[in-house]
Amino acid sequence: MPVTPVLTGRWNTPGSWTLAVYESTDGYQALRQALELGPDDIIKIVKDSGLRGRGGAGFPTGMKWSFIPQGDDKPHYLVINADEGEPGTCKDAPLMMADPHSLVEGIIIASYAVRAHRAFIYLRGELVHCGRRLRAAVAEAYQAGYLGRDILGSGFDLDLVVHSGAGAYICGEETALLDSLEGRRGQPRLRPPFPATHGLYASPTVVNNVETIATVPFIIRRGVEWFRSMGRERSPGPKIYSLSGHVTRPGQYEAPMGTTLAELLDLAGGIRGGRRLKAWTPGGSSTPMLTADHLDVPLDFEGVAEAGSLLGTAAIMLMDETVDMLKVVRRLTQFYAHESCGKCTPCREGTTWMVQILSRLERGDGDAEDVDTLVDACDNIFGRAFCALADGATSPIVSGIKFFRDEFVPATPTDRVAGTPDAFAGAH
Amino acid sequence: MPLTEETRAAAADIIAQYPAGHSRSALLPLLHLVQAEDGCVTAEGVEFCASALGITHAEVSAVATFYTMYKRRPVGDWLVSVCTNLSCALLGGEEVYARLSRELGVGHDQTTADGTITLEHAECLAACDYAPVLTVNYEFFDQVDPQSASEIVEALRRGERPAPTRGAPLCTFAEASRQLAGLPDPRPEAAAGPGVGDPSIAGLLVTDTADATVAGPAGGAPANGAPARSTPAKAAPAKAAPAKAAPAKAAPAKAAPAKATPAKAARTDDSTKGS
Repeated sequence: MPVTPVLTGRWNTPGSWTLAVYESTDGYQALRQALELGPDDIIKIVKDSGLRGRGGAGFPTGMKWSFIPQGDDKPHYLVINADEGEPGTCKDAPLMMADPHSLVEGIIIASYAVRAHRAFIYLRGELVHCGRRLRAAVAEAYQAGYLGRDILGSGFDLDLVVHSGAGAYICGEETALLDSLEGRRGQPRLRPPFPATHGLYASPTVVNNVETIATVPFIIRRGVEWFRSMGRERSPGPKIYSLSGHVTRPGQYEAPMGTTLAELLDLAGGIRGGRRLKAWTPGGSSTPMLTADHLDVPLDFEGVAEAGSLLGTAAIMLMDETVDMLKVVRRLTQFYAHESCGKCTPCREGTTWMVQILSRLERGDGDAEDVDTLVDACDNIFGRAFCALADGATSPIVSGIKFFRDEFVPATPTDRVAGTPDAFAGAH
Repeated sequence: MPLTEETRAAAADIIAQYPAGHSRSALLPLLHLVQAEDGCVTAEGVEFCASALGITHAEVSAVATFYTMYKRRPVGDWLVSVCTNLSCALLGGEEVYARLSRELGVGHDQTTADGTITLEHAECLAACDYAPVLTVNYEFFDQVDPQSASEIVEALRRGERPAPTRGAPLCTFAEASRQLAGLPDPRPEAAAGPGVGDPSIAGLLVTDTADATVAGPAGGAPANGAPARSTPAKAAPAKAAPAKAAPAKAAPAKAAPAKATPAKAARTDDSTKGS
């Protein structure tokens, strides 16, 4: 299996973030091509390409765009979800640092397609250097006539604002993001209505992930057939796989959708120190963990779902045989307890109580009944909150118990390394 | 501290970025802006935001207390955030935090008596491939260990500004806050700082070293034409400049593929279907 550097293709080029280098590497050619076409043609191309959202949910991008009502008298908005923060996920930050213009170009094309004249990049606050690069790219794009009034003489207008968040994982959830962008606490909204009709300022809004939108110029430029030459029928194209944890060469590996972990580990030099793989997340901490039995699962939306997990953001956190699964699960659960926005009772209360139970087990003070209580609590949280944070919070617990139940029951509590199960819930 | 005239002018510029009738969208940027003045969100800062946007103090306070980057006590000169989430924890992030906490004598969200350092443990900082990471005023110091982290912080306390692994040269918390508000970083070198280390280009390095197939643009459109740096593998994941060359802990141990299947060596031709 080869690597297929498309989105990552410019990342090692000196000055890759500048307009000059971007233009010298085919940059803004897709935009010129797109402006020759009608907006509906763009939507059709993206639909035909089979591009699916790279932010975790895998929703078909062209279909999402086609839900935007046309001929209405409301303004339309495009909002980029650049609030990268799902544990394990680290693909959008390097993209924005190394190739911000690819995102800007994608935004202009997508806005043209959905008839939006204002777009926002909701950037995770902590990513200050990404903000510099993005703001510099936006300024360059304005100066070159790619943004602003009458873009390249097409008559199309677009304004783009880079908006920094302020530290809240929940704002990666699209409706919480919209509330945050409106200057409110980032709490999810009840759906329906969906953002396609009632999004930002109650107007039709498309919310797309960074990687998704940065893919669009390549599709326009190289064609649907090219895009579909990679990946699998229902999940085509290249995908940035992010490997972290106990791996020899952690990093970003862009490969066709459906690449397996075995293949990725070959590229990345295997598990560190020649140790054995114990568990891994296919797509961030919110996706149920898998084990060494799943090395040959095709990592696309369907393949991972069939294996009982989710592709999520393709953020692969690798854990070798030395990890204490209870500690891993406790740490991740603390994360969800800290990041729960507090709106829905099952999530707010459930995550907090589960941290206490897990900490008790970790101290060696729990018993087998606690494990059942955890499973029961997860059952009462999953699907019972406004947004997917709550569902995600159950993933480490349910999958951890499914594969490593013995480690949760304190048969020999003294085996457990004295951890620090106290307040490790930090800033986001 | 009274809010300066400069801040008021900046606020007007920020508000103007948002659509008419939706000025409240400027609240997060304005909170960053007032924080730049006082190192935290003060009552006066809340008042300023409320009057600038025509909303109530309660509405502003509700937002200011929701987000972790808005501080309720003044931050020291340097906000040191240590990621302790999973990928960092697997590689020693908690030990880094514990060492700094012990040496500085402060816990999470606390500031040293001399006012130089505020320590916090951070949730995932979106740099898992550089784990363990810490940030100083939100600039990345990658692949730290307790020793190198300690040296970074010691340098800060001596008044030095160690160079981040990625990002711009360190700026003050106030300057970072103004950038978060959307104001430009006036330093000419700001955008130029390194943004890419080996982990970001790990896949590209495979293509350089193993002749792996790079699926080209079958459609015939030009591929990215610019030459890549030719010896990227040497751009070793940098430690902080002042830190002594840290132990080569990332040096790959002999890596057995996790799986028994023979590594399909030098797979150079197994292209994607159709290409």
